[in-house]
Amino acid sequence: MNDYVSPVGQGIPRLETRDKITGRAVYADDMSRPDMLVGVIVPSPHAHARITGYDVSAALALDGVAAVVTGVDIGDHKIGPFVKDETALAVGKVRYMGEPVAAVAAVDLETARQAARLIDISYEELPAVFDTDAATAADAPALHEGFADYIKVFEADSDRNAMAIIEIVEGDVDAAWERCAAIVEGSYETQAQCHTYMEPCSALAEIDSNGKITIWSSNQSVFHVQSFVADSLGLPMSKLRCVTPQVGGAFGGKMEQTVQPAAAALARATGRPVKVTLSREQDFEMIRSRHPGKVWMKTGAAADGTLLAREVRIVLDAGAYADDSPGVAGIAALFCRGPYRIENVSIESRPVYTNKLRSGAFRGFGGPQVAIAGETQIDEIADRLGMDPIDLRLKNVVLPGEEWMIGVALNKAGLSECLERVRAACGWDAKRKAVSNGSGRKRGIGLACIPHISGVLTSGAIVRILEDGTAVLNTGAVDNGQGSDTVLVQICAAALGLEVDQVSVATPDTDGSPYNWGTTASRVTYMAGRAVVAAAEDAVAQLKQRAAVMMECAEEDLELRDGGRIGIKGVPEAEIGFRDISGFSHWVAGGPVIGTNSLAYDGPDFDPKRGYLKGFPFGKIGAWIFAAQAVEVEVDEATGRIVPLKVWSAHDIGKAINPTAVEGQIQGGIVQGLGYALCEEMVWDSGRLANPSLMDYKIPGIMDVPPEIDTMLVEDPDEHGPFGAKGVGEPPIVGIAPAISNAVAHATGTRLRRLPMTPERVLRALRG
Amino acid sequence: MSEAIPISLTVNGRTHRLFVQPWHTLLQVLREQISLTGSKRGCNQGVCGACSVMIDGAVMRGCLTLAADAAGREIVTVEGLAVGGALSPVQQALLDHGAVQCGFCMPGMAVAATALLADNPSPSDAEIRDGLSGNLCRCSGYVKVVEAVRSASAGGAS
Ligand code: FES
Ligand code: FES
Repeated sequence: MNDYVSPVGQGIPRLETRDKITGRAVYADDMSRPDMLVGVIVPSPHAHARITGYDVSAALALDGVAAVVTGVDIGDHKIGPFVKDETALAVGKVRYMGEPVAAVAAVDLETARQAARLIDISYEELPAVFDTDAATAADAPALHEGFADYIKVFEADSDRNAMAIIEIVEGDVDAAWERCAAIVEGSYETQAQCHTYMEPCSALAEIDSNGKITIWSSNQSVFHVQSFVADSLGLPMSKLRCVTPQVGGAFGGKMEQTVQPAAAALARATGRPVKVTLSREQDFEMIRSRHPGKVWMKTGAAADGTLLAREVRIVLDAGAYADDSPGVAGIAALFCRGPYRIENVSIESRPVYTNKLRSGAFRGFGGPQVAIAGETQIDEIADRLGMDPIDLRLKNVVLPGEEWMIGVALNKAGLSECLERVRAACGWDAKRKAVSNGSGRKRGIGLACIPHISGVLTSGAIVRILEDGTAVLNTGAVDNGQGSDTVLVQICAAALGLEVDQVSVATPDTDGSPYNWGTTASRVTYMAGRAVVAAAEDAVAQLKQRAAVMMECAEEDLELRDGGRIGIKGVPEAEIGFRDISGFSHWVAGGPVIGTNSLAYDGPDFDPKRGYLKGFPFGKIGAWIFAAQAVEVEVDEATGRIVPLKVWSAHDIGKAINPTAVEGQIQGGIVQGLGYALCEEMVWDSGRLANPSLMDYKIPGIMDVPPEIDTMLVEDPDEHGPFGAKGVGEPPIVGIAPAISNAVAHATGTRLRRLPMTPERVLRALRG
Repeated sequence: MSEAIPISLTVNGRTHRLFVQPWHTLLQVLREQISLTGSKRGCNQGVCGACSVMIDGAVMRGCLTLAADAAGREIVTVEGLAVGGALSPVQQALLDHGAVQCGFCMPGMAVAATALLADNPSPSDAEIRDGLSGNLCRCSGYVKVVEAVRSASAGGAS
């Protein structure tokens, strides 16, 4: 029995893979219920308009149509994670083209679509603003006249359409500039990136005779779904049960509401099950994107390379509704200093309303918009000072044991090792010396390093020992495909000394799962993982308590043994299996063993004495994670095309619970980063999204990806993380664009400050 | 609405007699009429490849193929790849290599890879990439997909 190998650290296949590759896995749109209707959403044709009337009679008269719902029917119930400023179907006004205005349920999709076209809504158009400059101009129309009265979950100043002004000040930048030997300054622009999860948003809602609605949907948190559907329809949360089948990718795009409120409203109106699945085009136009950003930044360093000061002004285009914008703007403000000790910073970040699609959470969450500025300025400083960019970084990166970021104590930080590993693996020193001569195809290599967090908000876990001694784990954490179900089961099994196949994982279900804030912020492995370890320990304590009764000994004399046994310390033969203990507890005494845990992120906090933080919309955040990424590129000076040849990416992850899954997640993030850097851009023609299809909005295909992506895992166990693990979800995407920009500068001497770095933009820059 | 037309559709070796509208796509009929929901609708515009099926051995887009046009031909969907409950070599390799994340692209990817290897049992990496160039994946970064297909090929270590 001593051949037990802990599942932690094993690259086992994800638990649900077999179902996924045989076509058996069920995603929301694969579901159907008896008597089910199909719902279609009617989008706004205007970017900014007052709704002056509805005529739904023709739609309702169509054979096969069961119901039409509009903002009038659902009422003015506002939702929003930071600012309650939108309704699930427009009420009074529309603020972007594509905004849901009405929804119709019919016997099939064709009928529902036909009915949607028959819904006649009259509008009075209003002046609209399509970028942050126009939205902040003195004569700009206010998108939200009632903004001052909206419910907000944080306190910040606001100004016209700037919904929040977030400020971070430490030290004295003005005094610091004088001590700088090199100062660089520049403006940077980044684009709207579409999440482009492969599974379009989908929800199926069904109502029972007590008025309780069950919603199966593609999402990142069943608890979020429960809360925003309740808010949007004015229902108590107890009247909603939210469940998550398999999710076909999310990346932040499914963190807040998608089509769940419309499906629920239609189910309520018809009394029948209703499924709403967006077409790809509507998904592009209706859901959310990454914030376009405009960043002005100035960085200064002493002659020896010590970074002394950074000043930053960030403006994010939030689109028509706040959604996660205050959070994203806050994180951008926090991360724009990069992973460095910089004693003097002055940062301001403003999310601004415009009449476009709402911007929201997207992998990186404000990091990518500022990393392109920050990490290319580090290279420019290195250049000015005649230093190697990695040497300059090594001199300034935060080290374990230091305090940084407004006085937060950092216990672990593996960034120096990440940098050294990438430097060695990519042959940095030799490649940086090689200078491309002449014209034609030029090679260059560039690097970036970035900070992120994996600890925030709350999670829970329940570990129940079944009658036969196996276990079921329930966390409510949604696996978006990144593999959290598998990782959490590995953690649970290891903590119980069981095999992976002896632990079952429960589907996230608000009726039965403990709370998990969401699969977001790179937090599930760290936060839910910690809850799982603690719940498993609670279960083990209960098993020992029952075993002590059975074995007539003291609990303190007992130990957990691998393979699902409790034994008396120092007496190898005195032991009892989980099955016997569980049988005893179920049928004789003690009661079923149910281990539980519930936690909120509890790491070190900002120190108000060390800096000024205003309008920041989060409480405690932390469990810092770091990454260093290098990209080698070839730049074709004739066409302007940048070809990424190879990527190296080192990640400070504490401990890889499942190295294969971590690697895969990093590779996928890198490729999304390549898309962000080189080709992905949502383009609006005034209010109309000009490229709402996979044909016109290009994500990287297999031919666009370099044949080799070298991932390196730096494992220095975190003292609080489950088995030492921290998160990894977001960092892989963040450093790619600045690393490429730095590589292009190395190859050509030309700096690119605007994303994506398309051939046209590269050519324009090369030609000066 | 025009008259539904009777067709017989042979999917994974089983023949279904159905009535379909002339404009119904194969994808729609597979998913909605015969409950084979393995083939996915990622775009319905012929771009993503999630709906890929084999028709008489060739990879086709289910969303661009009319069901009526597929009548009488041999259709293989992702549900037909595992024979007798055993994963096909491609499926086994995708599993072993951890190539699958959200999995939404994978039915199409597995079908495309199967057809690729049937055509060319020992493809080079460039040929693997070429053969899968019609299948978008947003999660994996494709690295492990290529590794998996390489290992499932005749030249791969098995
Ligand atoms: S659904 Fe057919 S190609 Fe995308
Ligand atoms: S695994 Fe998610 S799209 Fe490929």
